[in-house]
Amino acid sequence: MKKPSRSAPIRVLIAKPGLDGHDRGAKVVARALRDAGMEVIYAGLRQTPEEIVRSAIEEDVDLIGLSILSGAHMALFPRVLELLRREKSAKIPVFAGGIIPDEDARRLKKLGVRAIFGPGTSLETIVTTARQLARGAA
Amino acid sequence: MNGAGRLPAAARAIATGDRRALARTISGIENGDPAVVPVVRALYPRTGRATVVGLTGPLGVGKSSVLNVLVAHLREAGRTVGVVAVDPSSPFSGGSVLGDRIRFERAAEDTGVYFRSMASRGEEGGIAAATRQVVRLLDAAGFEVVLVETVGSGQVDLAIRDVATTRVVVLVPHLGDEVQTLKAGLFEIADVFCVNKSDLPGADLARKDLAELVSLGGARHGWSPRIVLTSALARTGVPELWEAVEAHEKFLDASGARAEEDRRRLAREIVGIVRDRVGRDAMARLEKDPELRRLLDRVASRQLDPYAAADRLYAQRARRARQR
Ligand SMILES: Nc1nc2c(ncn2[C@@H]2O[C@H](COP(=O)(O)OP(=O)(O)O)[C@@H](O)[C@H]2O)c(=O)[nH]1
Ligand SMILES: [Mg+2]
Repeated sequence: MKKPSRSAPIRVLIAKPGLDGHDRGAKVVARALRDAGMEVIYAGLRQTPEEIVRSAIEEDVDLIGLSILSGAHMALFPRVLELLRREKSAKIPVFAGGIIPDEDARRLKKLGVRAIFGPGTSLETIVTTARQLARGAA
Repeated sequence: MNGAGRLPAAARAIATGDRRALARTISGIENGDPAVVPVVRALYPRTGRATVVGLTGPLGVGKSSVLNVLVAHLREAGRTVGVVAVDPSSPFSGGSVLGDRIRFERAAEDTGVYFRSMASRGEEGGIAAATRQVVRLLDAAGFEVVLVETVGSGQVDLAIRDVATTRVVVLVPHLGDEVQTLKAGLFEIADVFCVNKSDLPGADLARKDLAELVSLGGARHGWSPRIVLTSALARTGVPELWEAVEAHEKFLDASGARAEEDRRRLAREIVGIVRDRVGRDAMARLEKDPELRRLLDRVASRQLDPYAAADRLYAQRARRARQR
């Protein structure tokens, strides 16, 4: 009842924390994941870490994807990870996309962000990685 | 018999407000996981208490936006609310983008609301059955009001008919195209019409048009559908919308229609379960039983027609049941 079986679609929450004004990139990723057969719960803009974690739990997702452009990633991503731990949901893998300097990316990965995609990453790479993360194979 | 102590662990967790147990059991229902059946069964005696309101209508009319304001209204009145928002799956990939959460706002610490997005996942009738079980879980979890959002089309309407005690059809001014949709079935299921986006021109005209349609339709079993104007944008009309829902709920009690509809729904559900079981069983036997495989061979070569084959399959089943 917990692990998604082969036939059950992967459920993924896509959200944009922070105050960014647009979500084109996140929408493109959401559609690519849908086209790969996943159920994408699209939470939209300006989500607080608290909202993101609550949504992830209520929707019982296998995966969380966060997109950010505003530069607030070092404040927001660790907070999401911390709240997931507090809610006993640290097993849900988190990946991130956006403009994140290498230095920050290394630190975020150490904190537990499982994959980080820069602006040039192909959708194929994102889809493949997302699938592996959700199936617990990455 | 229904003391919390005797329930399966997941059922007990759900009944005592554990949101993760609830969320996982809902996934089990969506995935057709047999492990959730005992949970749903154990919780059944705790159901039948929630007011279940369906919001349906064409894409983009503002169902999710109205729902958001309605949830706020209900929370202010101290009622707990469970939400199920159903969106179609892509027929090509089987995937979906479930976007109803975008419109949903709530206070960070408010645990009196639970919101769940569901994809219709394509199988015929499947979504109606799954929605019914999910609504039941929310009911058993103690939510006083359960709101179900669906896009008004085909099998999803069935979900609303079979699940909601009050059905709200959401429309917008300039009914033009919508009138077709109404004729295609939404009109028959509406207990309340909600003309949203009434901040746009034409709302009063839309109300008049609808009132005319309603008067042509006459009162259905003694209830004449109410018409309410809302603007989710300006946050107006929603208290009136809820009043209309409550008026219908009162009517259900006063007229005895609630008990009658409940029985009709349950009868459909029982028959559905039997149909599923018999169908699965028949399919398995058609594939495995040598006698039935020969029967299928003869249908495939046009020596026998499908009705005759069904008669024989049915007779064989009855024979075996007697032998048991
Ligand atoms: N003008 C106006 N726009 C609205 C109103 N309610 C919703 N909208 C807009 O209509 C669009 C679709 O809304 P949504 O709630 O997602 O519709 P749904 O597909 O029926 O759930 C969004 O852009 C909303 O901002 C309203 O009362 N007035
Ligand atoms: Mg919607």
